[in-house]
Formats: sequence, C-alpha cells, structure tokens
Amino acid sequence: MIEIENVKKSFGSLTVLDGVSLSVNTGEVVSIIGGSGSGKSTLLMCINGLEAIQGGRILVDGVEVHAAGTDLNKLRQKIGIVFQQWNAFPHLTVLENVTLAPRKVLKMSRAEADAIAVRQLEHVGLGDKLKAFPGKLSGGQQQRMAIARALAMSPKYMLFDEVTSALDPQLVGEVLDTMRLLAKEGMTMIVVTHEMGFAREVSDRVAFFKSGKIHEIGSPQQIFESPQTPETRAFLNSVL
Amino acid sequence: MFQTAFSLNDLWFMAQGAGWTLLITAIAMVGGTVLGLVFGVTRAVLPGWTTLPLGFFLDIFRSVPLLIQLILANSFIPILGFRASPFAVSCIVLALYTSSYCSEIVRGGVQAVPQTTRRAARSLGMTWWQDMTEIVYPMALRVMLPSWIGLTLGVMKDTALVGWIGVIELLKSSQILITRMQNEPLFILIIAGVIYFLISFPISRLGARLESRFREND
Repeated sequence: MIEIENVKKSFGSLTVLDGVSLSVNTGEVVSIIGGSGSGKSTLLMCINGLEAIQGGRILVDGVEVHAAGTDLNKLRQKIGIVFQQWNAFPHLTVLENVTLAPRKVLKMSRAEADAIAVRQLEHVGLGDKLKAFPGKLSGGQQQRMAIARALAMSPKYMLFDEVTSALDPQLVGEVLDTMRLLAKEGMTMIVVTHEMGFAREVSDRVAFFKSGKIHEIGSPQQIFESPQTPETRAFLNSVL
Repeated sequence: MFQTAFSLNDLWFMAQGAGWTLLITAIAMVGGTVLGLVFGVTRAVLPGWTTLPLGFFLDIFRSVPLLIQLILANSFIPILGFRASPFAVSCIVLALYTSSYCSEIVRGGVQAVPQTTRRAARSLGMTWWQDMTEIVYPMALRVMLPSWIGLTLGVMKDTALVGWIGVIELLKSSQILITRMQNEPLFILIIAGVIYFLISFPISRLGARLESRFREND
C-alpha cells in the first residue's frame, strides 16, 4: 500500500505540492488528472524518492521513502516507473535494456534475466524486436519497451507519468492497451494521464489535481459524470 | 637525375625516431586518458565551486605552450632533487597536458547524457556507480570518441617538441640527418612527413570506423 500524507514539495519559492494526501491500496488503479504544472508528475517522482520533499511523508508498504535510513535502491525495486520520455538506453538492444537491471540489481544470471525479459517483451508485443536497438523503434514501441523494462523487476507498484503525451496519436492506443492489460492483471498503478477515456475506463479512483493539491477525488463515474466542484467541471469541459 | 646521400641506414635511424614518437604518444595517451577520466568525471559530478582548484590546475596545462612546459619541467625536476631522463619528463608532461584536454572531453561527454536517462536507470534500483558504469560511460563514450581521436592525433604531432629536451624522436632524428647532409633538408622533411602520415592515417580511419559502427545503432 502507498500512503501519501500531507506531502509538501517546492522548487525554490515555487510550491509544487501543497499538502497532498492519498492512499493507494494494493490492486487499485488510481488516475491523476489535471492541468500542466499542477504537480502530478512531481508526486510520482517523490513516491520513488527521485525527488526530495519538504513536508509530510510517503510510506510504501510501511517504509518511509524519505527517511534517512531508507535504502532507496531497494525500495525502487518494487516501484516501477515509466516516464513521458521513454528514456531508452540507446547503446543497448531492446533485450539488454530490459535485462540490465535484473542482472545488475537483482544479480540474476544472464539466462534467468533473458527468460524474464523475453516474457515481458512478448507481453507488451515486442517479442520480435529483441535484438533491435531502441533507435530503430517507433516511440510507441520504445514506450512499451520501457514498460517491459520496469515490469522485469517484478515491481509491486507501477507509476505511469504521462506515458502517451509524447507519442504520435496513432501510437497512443498500443501503449494504452498494454496498460489496460496490466490493470486487468491486478497491478497496483498510479497513472498520471491526459487520456480521459482511459482514466475513466481503467481506474478505480480518479484524482483531480489543481495548484499542488488533490482538488477532488472519487470514482470515475463521480468525477466524470457529476463533478462536485466548478474547477473540476471547468477542467473536464476544457479537455473532453 | 635525382641523387641523394640518404641511405637505408638513415631511414632506419628515422624509423627508430618514429618508434620513440609512438611510444611517447602511447604513454601520454594512456596516462592522460586515465587522469582525464578521473578529472573529467570529478568535474562533471561535483558542484562547480568544489572543483575550481582542479579546473585552474588543468587550465595551466592547457594554456601554457607545451614547449615551455617541457623545458621548465626538464629544468625544475633536477633542481627539486629528482632524477628523470628526458624521456620520462616528456612522458609525464605530455600525460598531464593530455589529461587537461581529455578531462574536458570527458566532462562534456558525461554531461551530454540526459538526466532523464539517468533517472530511468536509478528508478530501476541501480546504484550511482551502476548508473555511471552501465549507462553514463557507454553513452558518453560515443560522444567523446571523435574528440578523443582528434586529441590522439594532436598529441602525436606535439611529441615533435620533446626533441628540444633531448629525446631523439622522429622530428629530432630528421633534424640530425639534415644537419649532417646539409643540402637535402626538404627531402628529409618529406620523408618525416610521410612517416607521420603513416602513423596518423590508421588512427583516424579506426576512429571513423568506430564512429560509423556506433551510428548504426542510433
């Protein structure tokens, strides 16, 4: 379970997260929607300790992420994250991209890591691209590779940071399909997204972010069909 | 009809000089690259102000003409009570000189690796060191290689200056022959030039091949 308690985060004088609280249960899919610069992506970075926080705390399975003694490298093994820019390792083949962390971090043998990587890459529909270099793949394929790369670490949680925003429209579908599949398999997911249709269909809960706060949170039906606040309504009107 | 006093023995003499040129280049490049990696990574990862003294030290080696560095080192090392042959002095000075350029190449290469890619590596649970060795170095290498090959060629030609402190490398051996034969300086310099070219050409070709191999994957 991920527990976010009154988290505050600022870059200099700019407050990005202004007291965010959110609990995500195992098996739950929570989508975070909201305008650009509302702090959605920053929250994900804070959850796996890529960003420091200035107040509150975040617990992942009871371990406080930003506590002094926390082994972040160990904690990150159970939190997969996929970024807007897929961040492929360009000097490694698709297969090597996926096997690198299992081999180096989990100390798997090459054969073990290969077996897992092949399974994950087939899972995301890249079974025929094992030997290709990322530069030869489309954006959508690279993004699916990034998902497989995170999944190869057998994470308990998956964080998705606007993973379709940088993709050509015709490539968005294939990535969303992969995420749908994951949700169906019961993966715990926090999804920052601008894909309202996807958020509505896949999420257990949807949170609307505004000015560094969760402005409104509820079931997809509630948020999309009967938003409680004018701000949520205004945002949805602007994107739907 | 073209006539020359230049003999096979003289060619052999120049070849030996070329051997020294190659040896000094190799030592300078190995030493300079190792030091350059250490200095360059240090400057790339530590906050700017902490590495100011190092930056200043390296600036000296880049700013003062190599010839002056060689002569000063060759004079001061004995004054300080150390014994070093001109060959050793040449290797030390050239290695430091090389490291000052190499550190900039390394720094540029490391900083060219996108922060987002490094974040992705760390987000997978990789340590800082694993990120450096598995992601940053291999990616930076592709950026650094062309400049590093250029540096190698430059250093190889710069070794011509060590003749001033008494190492008989290729150019110095040519000068000795010119002094002896008096009337054939151009012919001998052409031979020296050809030998320099024969050393450089394979290095630059190798660099070009490695580059195109890297590019295939991008």
